[in-house]
Amino acid sequence: MMEWESVIGLEIHAQLATKSKIFSGAATAYGAAPNTQACAIDLGLPGVLPVLNTDAVRMAAMFGLAVEATVAERSVFARKNYFYPDLPKGYQISQYELPVVHQGHLIIDLDDGTTKTIGITRAHLEEDAGKSLHEDFSGMTGIDLNRAGTPLLEIVSEPDLRSAKEAVAYMKKIHTLVRYLGICDGNMQEGSFRCDANVSVRPKGQERFGTRAEIKNLNSFRFVERAIEYEIERQIHLLEDGGTVVQETRLYDPDQGETRSMRSKEEANDYRYFPDPDLLPLSIDTAFIEAARQALPELPDAKRERFMGEYQLSAYDAALLTVSRDLADYFEATVAALGGEAKLCANWVMGDLSGFLNKESKDIGDSPVDPSQLAGLLRRIQDQTISGKIAKEVFEAMWQGAGDADAVIDQRGLRQITDSSAIEQIIDTVIETNPNQLAQYRSGKDKLFGFFVGQVMKASKGKANPQQVNELLLKKLAG
Amino acid sequence: MSLGPEEVKKIAYLARLAVSEDDVPAYARNLSSILDLVAQMNTVDTRGIEPLAHPLAMTQRLRSDEPTEPDQRTLFQGIAPQVEAGLYLVPKVIE
Amino acid sequence: MHDKTIAQLSAGLAAGKFSSAELVRALLERIERFNGTLNAFITVTADQALAQAQAADQRRAAGQGGPLTGIPIAHKDIFCTLGVKTSCGSRMLDNFIAPYNATVVEKFDAAGVVMLGKTNLDEFAMGSSTETSYYGPVRNPWDLDAVPGGSSGGSAAAVAACLAPGATGTDTGGSIRQPAALCGITGLKPTYGRVSRWGMIAYASSLDQGGAMARSAEDVALLLQIMAGFDPRDSTSAEQPVPDYGASLNDDIRDLTIGLPKEYFGEGLDADVARAIEDAIAEYRKLGATVKDISLPNAPLAIPAYYVIAPAECSSNLARFDGVRYGYRCAEPQDLLDLYTRSRGEGFGSEVKRRIMIGAYALSAGYYDAYYLKAQQIRRLISEDFRKAFTEVDVIMGPSSPTVAFNLGEKVDDPVTMYLSDIYTIAVNLAGLPGMSVPVGFAKGRPVGLQIIGDYFAEARLLNVAHRYQQASDWHTRVPAGF
Repeated sequence: MMEWESVIGLEIHAQLATKSKIFSGAATAYGAAPNTQACAIDLGLPGVLPVLNTDAVRMAAMFGLAVEATVAERSVFARKNYFYPDLPKGYQISQYELPVVHQGHLIIDLDDGTTKTIGITRAHLEEDAGKSLHEDFSGMTGIDLNRAGTPLLEIVSEPDLRSAKEAVAYMKKIHTLVRYLGICDGNMQEGSFRCDANVSVRPKGQERFGTRAEIKNLNSFRFVERAIEYEIERQIHLLEDGGTVVQETRLYDPDQGETRSMRSKEEANDYRYFPDPDLLPLSIDTAFIEAARQALPELPDAKRERFMGEYQLSAYDAALLTVSRDLADYFEATVAALGGEAKLCANWVMGDLSGFLNKESKDIGDSPVDPSQLAGLLRRIQDQTISGKIAKEVFEAMWQGAGDADAVIDQRGLRQITDSSAIEQIIDTVIETNPNQLAQYRSGKDKLFGFFVGQVMKASKGKANPQQVNELLLKKLAG
Repeated sequence: MSLGPEEVKKIAYLARLAVSEDDVPAYARNLSSILDLVAQMNTVDTRGIEPLAHPLAMTQRLRSDEPTEPDQRTLFQGIAPQVEAGLYLVPKVIE
Repeated sequence: MHDKTIAQLSAGLAAGKFSSAELVRALLERIERFNGTLNAFITVTADQALAQAQAADQRRAAGQGGPLTGIPIAHKDIFCTLGVKTSCGSRMLDNFIAPYNATVVEKFDAAGVVMLGKTNLDEFAMGSSTETSYYGPVRNPWDLDAVPGGSSGGSAAAVAACLAPGATGTDTGGSIRQPAALCGITGLKPTYGRVSRWGMIAYASSLDQGGAMARSAEDVALLLQIMAGFDPRDSTSAEQPVPDYGASLNDDIRDLTIGLPKEYFGEGLDADVARAIEDAIAEYRKLGATVKDISLPNAPLAIPAYYVIAPAECSSNLARFDGVRYGYRCAEPQDLLDLYTRSRGEGFGSEVKRRIMIGAYALSAGYYDAYYLKAQQIRRLISEDFRKAFTEVDVIMGPSSPTVAFNLGEKVDDPVTMYLSDIYTIAVNLAGLPGMSVPVGFAKGRPVGLQIIGDYFAEARLLNVAHRYQQASDWHTRVPAGF
């Protein structure tokens, strides 16, 4: 049995978070009524001309710096010519021979704890196409050009990825990075972040690449993983059965879990690239690059390192907390407000807070409990006003808008009972009402200690300080 | 340089132009004579000459990122061949 | 009134000798009378013109407006005009009511200039005779059997026949200068980037340039004054100050050095045309200019390079005409491919289709280097030739066209012969330089134009050189018999 190696390269399309389009002043906001954000330029009316958006260039430069790539002093826009109804001009303005960013790299973490450097061949600016809507319009297709002209950064990796898992790890890392940089909202449902995967297989040890297939338009991490896995399997089976892989474009069908050839779109593709005569060479000077560098935030890897050092967090916790800049900022703001207790803050941010956010599909920015409020709650755990268990109840109330932790604690009388005479009174009542259990305990059934703790906590409505309850109960039960 | 009927049809397809069978020979003849004219370029050695794409040595000017274009759908779709529900309609696109 | 220059009309309006409304009515009557013969206009915007004229009269009465307020002109039907059909001489855009104005149109509107209508042209400006128009050929007012040249043939004929004192044109390979020469008027193609291309329907983006056509250099200066200038909507627009073109018209030209490229006076140049050009050069010597023989060694390669670059750009520029969002759509398309191929096949005429196909071929896989790249390298050589020449001379002169106007139908079936009529104009577009054509006499009863080529942004110098000649001659004042 031959051993196979898969070779994967990704082309990630990240929509840049500009307010207006790459070559026109039309808005880029998602979800507008069809064709209300398609201006004369986006529609490709006769006589219109493109003018480049400075922020699209700035964002591309920031990405380049973040992956330690070269930001080209001179790059050129080219036309990619093909006919399609969602492509109004009959060509897409892209970059071909001279992209704005080239020769970068990214380090990904593998499951076995090791890391791997993935080369980034290039990242170039281009315009997005519109959308074809296939619902039935008297048997026709409807074209919405609102998306046409939205800036895209196409990030092309080297064929350095060797498994679907590596591909996903790389894509996730880019996803985190572009959101950190604030250059892409990363919204995969809305298509802001999507990718094409080039997949081939070769016998292990062979240097030459096998023939590759390109899987188009993968818009979730799960689809990327499944599509690549399916495609690897398909190619291996094909080759083992004596067949050959055809260089072609394929589409992933998530319902069937398989990739399918898109031969209809493939025939006679000859894009006839040439420099766009309506646009001049893009020149990026040192000052522009320096300004972009100044605008760079702390990047995910650096932040993770810092969290491990500064807050004594485990690599796992630090990685989870730095998955998005907003989450990391929330965590740090909580620690700052509380004045320490990073581990406690981390547990709450990753635990209850993230749980509620997930349940309601909210972003951290939309959390009804802000960092200072969360710190207020954690402070009451710290000073033993409430127990960790009660804190969960208080948090839920805060989430639902019941106010700050102290207000909730007071209104609901959740303050912990730490007065030992009060706790002793409760214990005495519990012992009195359970003579049988007491007798059994005293005759050696130690397990019943838990029963008494439970009864005391129940009688105190959970407010008795658990540690004190333990100590006092031990004494009292002993007689 | 001479183009045959098959090449003419291939180019016409690439450019999405319907050319009737009757017109193919005339196109083949005319396009070939234009290519002969163009072939005069080969009388000069251009090795090492940097191509000139723009007459003026200028670089691309950048626009600030401001949405400036109002919605003009009604005006624009007033001259469209076929629209429905704000969409441009085309014969069914098969993917 | 109709045979007066813009400068004279401007003075008349300023002095209150006549109103803009009277002037416009008179010209509309002439258009009505002669357009059936000449076919110079595709669209006449009579009502709009009269309304604009009245508004201009009010502006002048209120002491506002500029020198051209109330002056009527015609626009080549390649400039988008809001609410008015903008056909580009093509069936493809026969139903296209432009939803916006070209910058050039906006600037003239703002100056109070009145639009009489939209002039005929070769389809998408591809041609040298105005015979490829979907709306039929334009006739040359000097001889109705002759073509007016092209592609701005409608503008040239309208100005020559005094249907409009001035008109806009565009010049990609000679489309202002050659028809100006063939119709005996004055035309200027400015430096690439001098006039905004926004709203000017693109043929070949790196070569296209809008310009002015009128009956004198002075009038062209007045029109250019309004058209020229930086436009933030056009990335290829030059951020260069616009000089006062009128101020230098009368400057002395005794220090002028004129270069005569030997390549512009060789084989293929009609002997009678050559004689008229030589006479004009002699006149310049009389005016004190120095004449020098020069060489533009790569000039003969301009046509071959142009017929790669222009079609390549046009094949891509015209891909947007697909029957989806505007323009012609074929009847009952069977499927998407049918929609594309028939809308485009039926919407475009044969010259446009030829150029699209040449361009698609030149850019296609395996041919790019041999055609497109090679042509761009030759473009560099041609541009270098001019650069060297302008270190020695101030302007370059030669014929605008190798022959006078040819007969209708004479070259229409032979594209390559037709292309050669732009042999002296095309290099200027490849280099992006400004060029003019000035009437300098007649040969075989048809007008001859002198081409004057200047260095980048030297329009003021060109206008000055042309104006001084026109002060010493009267060729530009001739009006064709019957008009």
